[in-house]
Amino acid sequence: MKQIGAVRSSFAPWNDPASVPLVRFEGVTKRFGDMTAVDDVSLSIYEREFFALLGPSGCGKTTLMRMLAGFETPDAGRITLGGEDLAGIPPHKRPVNMMFQSYAIFPHLNVEKNVAFGLRMEGMEKSAVKARVEEMLALVKLEKLGARMPHQLSGGQRQRVALARALAKKPKLLLLDEPLAALDKKLREETQFELTDLQVELGMTFLIVTHDQDEAMVLADRIAVMDHGRIVQTGTPGEVYEAPANRQVAEFLGDMNIFEAVVDSVEPPMARLSGEGMKFFVQDDDCPAAGSKVFLSVRPEKMRISLDPPPAKTPNVIAGEIWDIGYLGDWTTYLVEIAPDRRVRVAQANATRHVERPMSWDDKVFVSFDPDAGVVLTS
Amino acid sequence: MTRGPSAFNRISIGLGLAFLYAPIVLLVVYSFNSSRAVNVWAGFSTRWYETLFANDQLMAALWMTLRVGALSASIATVLGVLAAIALVRGGFFRGRAVFSGMVYAPLVMPEVITGLSLLLLFVAIGLARGFWTVVLAHATFTLSFVTVAVRARLMTFDRSLEEAAQDLGSPPWRAFFEVTLPNIAPAVAGGWALAFILSLDDLVIASFTSGPGSTTLPMRIYSAVRLGVSPEINAISTLLIGSVAMAIVIYGVVRARKTA
Repeated sequence: MKQIGAVRSSFAPWNDPASVPLVRFEGVTKRFGDMTAVDDVSLSIYEREFFALLGPSGCGKTTLMRMLAGFETPDAGRITLGGEDLAGIPPHKRPVNMMFQSYAIFPHLNVEKNVAFGLRMEGMEKSAVKARVEEMLALVKLEKLGARMPHQLSGGQRQRVALARALAKKPKLLLLDEPLAALDKKLREETQFELTDLQVELGMTFLIVTHDQDEAMVLADRIAVMDHGRIVQTGTPGEVYEAPANRQVAEFLGDMNIFEAVVDSVEPPMARLSGEGMKFFVQDDDCPAAGSKVFLSVRPEKMRISLDPPPAKTPNVIAGEIWDIGYLGDWTTYLVEIAPDRRVRVAQANATRHVERPMSWDDKVFVSFDPDAGVVLTS
Repeated sequence: MTRGPSAFNRISIGLGLAFLYAPIVLLVVYSFNSSRAVNVWAGFSTRWYETLFANDQLMAALWMTLRVGALSASIATVLGVLAAIALVRGGFFRGRAVFSGMVYAPLVMPEVITGLSLLLLFVAIGLARGFWTVVLAHATFTLSFVTVAVRARLMTFDRSLEEAAQDLGSPPWRAFFEVTLPNIAPAVAGGWALAFILSLDDLVIASFTSGPGSTTLPMRIYSAVRLGVSPEINAISTLLIGSVAMAIVIYGVVRARKTA
């Protein structure tokens, strides 16, 4: 199989038919009144995997996680952990720990006692608890704050306490519910990398729920994209970004330009399409037969923009006019009007500090993309 | 630029405080009067406090009141906390609205009616009136106050704290005692104190439900006053006022220290 996106060493148990998943959802459904929060979801998560459930709010991802923790009961289907059916096992007996979105730090206990809580419930010996708490606080770099009360901590510190507390019992599976949502951007980015390091170091399985695609992409080995209670696509960050299953996934993860088109002819691996008054020449192994109605989707950063017309015979050239410019420092996003009220988004890395002739509003420009830049989607 | 309250505000505050506290100040001052006459000041003395402590009847009534108050407040607190939990956490059960309305009914019920209905109940079931009937009656009418106080606190309590406790291995009942209770403790303590003070205050319901040998302090004071105001009554009232004021100050200090 072709490797796309960033690939972490050779860790890919999901491609190995011999490996046994740690967690298995089998046809799990959960309804709240008339609303189906989770609709016939089947999913496997492997040991040592960092798995992300990604989707907009209300897509059922949190409900799915809460069923794993035991706070909700599935109406249909089965959830197993390490081969054991979890049905009927109350939350306090599951070998799973959760880091709550609100962090849920006990306000009446200091940092040490918060981290020690789960160990104390387990009946662990006092000296062992003390050692473990110290180990955990060192792990999240809070050694000096053990005696602090929660209200004396910053947001980032609270997040670390919550993490240390959830890790203290060394659960088989750690659930993280929007763990970074409350942090500011800079801190969030730092914490993302720390989380991945921690997960590899501890060799634990992490399941994260998030609505933030960047977070899911940075953290996870695999992502399941959810919408309306169903899993739309499961794959590595590279797969879901570069080979989205449908328009929904394509548009949810990052930006996407979508052209409605019809397949004119197919000569694998190449295909010719036409639509919106344009001709396209694309490379896609899975292009449907001639005559099919398709959606050609191209990411903004895979398009080029220039003031001069590209050399003749360059495929996929669209002429237009700059409608708006978004300068982000590292990137610049151009909105190019290619037909009345029809705009495409082109992103360019600002690799140099000076440009001879910067592009400006209302400039006539040419947008182009390579045949293998686009993905042909059928739905 | 404003410098403190205006003259108008000052006068309003002064009049308001005078309206509230003048009678109490008068009572306290006269408890130290050396004369038996209530309206003639004859010099400072603590003789009424001495005779008060020698008055077995009054002391017995005080002791009775304190016991009734402590016990009924404790019963009301346990039941009131349970009711508050049911109302906030019970989700949707049949008759929830009716139940929540009914819990608050005693708040607006005239005391005479509460007292009378309890009396009828005790007579009907053949319960001899005495210490326990007063305790039960007081627990009944103070329960709703506890529920109101605790319910307000529970509504703002983050449910995920309890879930976190369960997630970390405590069974639901233990999560309640380890996490929920410590966090709603100020409301529970406040509810208990309120119930205790209400019980201390109560004359009407106690009159209906007490029997021989279970006379509470307000009942004793009331019957004593009917025979003429005695400075001893002023003295014991002063002691009551003093202890309530002290309890409020201690509660305030403890709370201030906890949040500091």
